[in-house]
Amino acid sequence: MSLKTFSRGGVHPPEYKLSAGKTIVELPPPEVAVIPLSQHLGVPAKVLVNRGDQVKVGQMIAQAAGFVSTNIHSSVSGKVLKVDLFMDSSGYRKMAVQIQVEGDQWLETIDRSDDLVRNSVLPAEDIRKKILEAGIVGMGGATFPSHVKLTVPQGKTAEYLIINGVECEPYLTADHSLMMERTEELFSGIQLMMKGLGVEKAIIGIENNKPDAIEKMKQVVQGSSVTVQGLKVKYPQGGEKQLVQALLKREVPSGGLPIDVGVVVFNVGTALAVYDAVMKNRPLIDRVVTVTGKSLEKPSNFIVRIGTPISSLVEKAGGVPDDTAKVINGGPMMGKALPTLDIPIVKGSSGILLINKNEARRREVKPCIRCSKCVTVCPMGLEPYLLMTLSEKALYERMEPEKVMDCIECGSCSYTCPSSRPLLDYIRMGKAEVGKIMRARKAV
Amino acid sequence: MNKFIVSPSPHAYTGESVPKLMYGVIISLLPALAVSVYYFGIGMIIVTTVSVASAILFEYLIQRYMMKVKPTHLDGSALLTGLLLAFCLPTNIPFWMVMIGALAAVGIGKMTFGGLGNNIFNPALVGRVFLFISFPVAMTAWPEPGQWMQYTDAVTGATPLGLMKEGLAVKTVGEIMPEIPSFLHLLIGKTMGSAGEVSALALLIGMLYMMYRKIISWHIPLTILGTVLVFTGILWLANPDRFADPLFHLLTGGLMLGAIYMATDYVTSPMTGRGMILYGVGIGIVTVLIRVFGAYPEGVQFAILIFNGFTPLINKFVKPKRFGKEVKHG
Repeated sequence: MSLKTFSRGGVHPPEYKLSAGKTIVELPPPEVAVIPLSQHLGVPAKVLVNRGDQVKVGQMIAQAAGFVSTNIHSSVSGKVLKVDLFMDSSGYRKMAVQIQVEGDQWLETIDRSDDLVRNSVLPAEDIRKKILEAGIVGMGGATFPSHVKLTVPQGKTAEYLIINGVECEPYLTADHSLMMERTEELFSGIQLMMKGLGVEKAIIGIENNKPDAIEKMKQVVQGSSVTVQGLKVKYPQGGEKQLVQALLKREVPSGGLPIDVGVVVFNVGTALAVYDAVMKNRPLIDRVVTVTGKSLEKPSNFIVRIGTPISSLVEKAGGVPDDTAKVINGGPMMGKALPTLDIPIVKGSSGILLINKNEARRREVKPCIRCSKCVTVCPMGLEPYLLMTLSEKALYERMEPEKVMDCIECGSCSYTCPSSRPLLDYIRMGKAEVGKIMRARKAV
Repeated sequence: MNKFIVSPSPHAYTGESVPKLMYGVIISLLPALAVSVYYFGIGMIIVTTVSVASAILFEYLIQRYMMKVKPTHLDGSALLTGLLLAFCLPTNIPFWMVMIGALAAVGIGKMTFGGLGNNIFNPALVGRVFLFISFPVAMTAWPEPGQWMQYTDAVTGATPLGLMKEGLAVKTVGEIMPEIPSFLHLLIGKTMGSAGEVSALALLIGMLYMMYRKIISWHIPLTILGTVLVFTGILWLANPDRFADPLFHLLTGGLMLGAIYMATDYVTSPMTGRGMILYGVGIGIVTVLIRVFGAYPEGVQFAILIFNGFTPLINKFVKPKRFGKEVKHG
C-alpha cells in the first residue's frame, strides 16, 4: 500500500501515544455537571431551562440561536442549580447550566441498547434534520456545527466525503480507540453522512502509526464505495486543507473551504455521533477523551458525559502527578493550556494532557538567525519569521498581502525554531489585527 | 489549588538550539581541519587557535564593554566565525594579522550590525577580504604542503588557480596543466591554498554530514557547484586551450569551502528554496567571471559577498509557493 501525505512543510514531533490500545472505559456521571452554552463555533445557544427545573439525560436545555449554532442537551438527570457564568476551556467565564445530578434518568425516546442498527430508510433531508437536532459539532476540536457543513451551499457540489482519522497530534488516541472499538457504528455513521450530503465516494484517511485501525476499517468498508487510505505520519496532516491535499491532490483555495474543491471533511468522532443521533435517537451528550501525560499513572481513554469536570477524569487516571506544571485541553501542538482542573469537558475536548515541569516552560528567546526552518516547515507556504517581525513592529497592513490569514495556527514554526522565538504568538496577534482591518473595510 | 502555567500553543519544541546548530557545523568541519593539520602542521594549529580565540575574545569584549549586553561569545557562532576565517587564510600568516582579521570579522562584519542574526555580510569573509586588501603580500603566499614544523618560515608557492591565471598570459591550458597537482591530490588536499580549502573531499564529507543533520539543504551548495560546472564546461568546450576544464575549477581554490560553508551561512543567505537557487546561480556565475575574466585568480569570496548584499532583495521578491490559489468571495 502506498502512503500519501501533504506536499508542503510539516514536522514530525515524537508521538508519545501512551494510551494507544487502552480500552475505552466508561465513567459514571459526575455529581455536578456544568454544561456551557457555547461549545461550538458560532453563536451561543439560547437557554431553555431555569433554576430548579428537573431535567433528564438527552433533554434539550439550550436551543441553537441561529444557523451557525447548535442545540445543547443535558448529559445528566437532576435539578438545575443555576444558569450562570462558569470558566470554560478558553479560560474565560461564559454562560453555562449547572445541574445537580440525581440518578440517571434518560429520555424514553433514546435507544440505549448496543444493538447495531445498520440500514436507514430516512431520506437525506431527515438525516440532516436529526443531526441538527442532536447538536452535533466537529469532534476533532474545531467544533464547527455539523449540520452547516452538511448543507452544501448553492452553486457548489460535494463529490467526496473525507473522514479524518489522522489524529496527528502527539499523545491523543481518542479517535484511534474509536476506530478500533466502534468500527461498525462508525462505518454506519459514514454511510449516513454520505446520504445526507448526497455523495457517492468517501475516503477515510488514517496515519500509518495506527496500522491496526487501518486494517480494521478496511475490513469493515469492504464492498462499499468507502475507501481507507494510509498516510505517512506527518503533522499537521489532520488539518483539513492538508488532509484534502494529501488524499486528493486538491488545494483548497486561500480563504476558501474544502467544499470549494468538492469535499466535506468530518472527524471519525463526528461520524460516530451521527450514527448515535440518527440510528439511536441519541443527542451528543458524551464523548471519548484521552487523559495522558508522561508522569501520569494510568494514561487512559474514557467515555465521559459532557459537563464532567476535568479534575474527575484526571483522578480516574491516577491523580495529578506532583511534577505537573501545565494542563492542556487537546494535544501539545494546538491544545489550550488550562488555568485549573475545575473546567468541564465539552463537545470538542479530545484530550487532557498533563505536562511536567521540565517540558512546561518556554525557553529563553534568542535572536532570529534566519535559518529558514520556519519557512521550510510551514504547511501553508508562509514566512513565519517575516510575519512575526511585521506583527512585532505593528505593520499589520503589510501582513495581509503576506497571507497571514491563511495561517492555520498549527504551531510548526514555533515548534521548530532553534531560537525559541514565539512566532505563532505574534502571528495570532497579527491575524486578530488584520481581521479587524478587513472587517472595517467591509463595513465601509 | 494547583498552579498551572498558561501559555499559547504549541506546547512542544524540537530541542534544537542555536549552539546545537553551530556545533553541528563545527563538527562537520573536523575532517577538513584534520587534513589541513596533516599537510600544514604547526602553522595550521597556530593560525586556527589564534583566529578562534580572537573571534571569541573580541565578541565578548565588544558585547560586554561597548554594546553592554549579555555576552553570547560561547554560543558557537564566534567559534565558527573564527574557524572559518582561519580556513581561508594561508597557514604562514603572522598571528597578529590573524587577530586583525578576527577583529574585522567579528567587529565590523557582525557586531556593527547588532550581532548574530543582523549582519548582511558573512563575517568570516569580511575578515578575509579585509586582510586581503590590507596585507596583499602575506595573503598571497601559500606554504607547500608537508612542512610540519615551519610556520612563517615555510617555503611558499603559487596556488593552482594562480598558476593558471599567470600561465594563460603566455601559454595554453595544456601546457600549464603539468605544473598543477593531479586531480587526486586536489581532491585529498595535497596542494597550495588557504588552510581549510585544500581538500575538496573533506569538505564534501562535511557537506553530507550537514545535510544528514538537516543543518543545511542542498539548494545553495549544489546550485553553486552546478553553475560553476556548467559555465566553465561551456567555456571549456568552446576553447579548451584558453579555458581550464570544469573539474579543475571545481577542485581548486575556495570554491568548495565557499559553496558549502560561506554561502550557506544562515544569516546572510536567502530564506526560501527558490531564493537560495537564484542566489547560488548568481554566486556561481560571478565566481567564474572573476576567475576567468577578472584580475584575481579566485573570485568566490567576492561573489558570495556580492550576493549577501542581494539577499534582502531576494527575500523581498522570491516568496515560497503559497498553499491554495486565491478566490474572490462575493
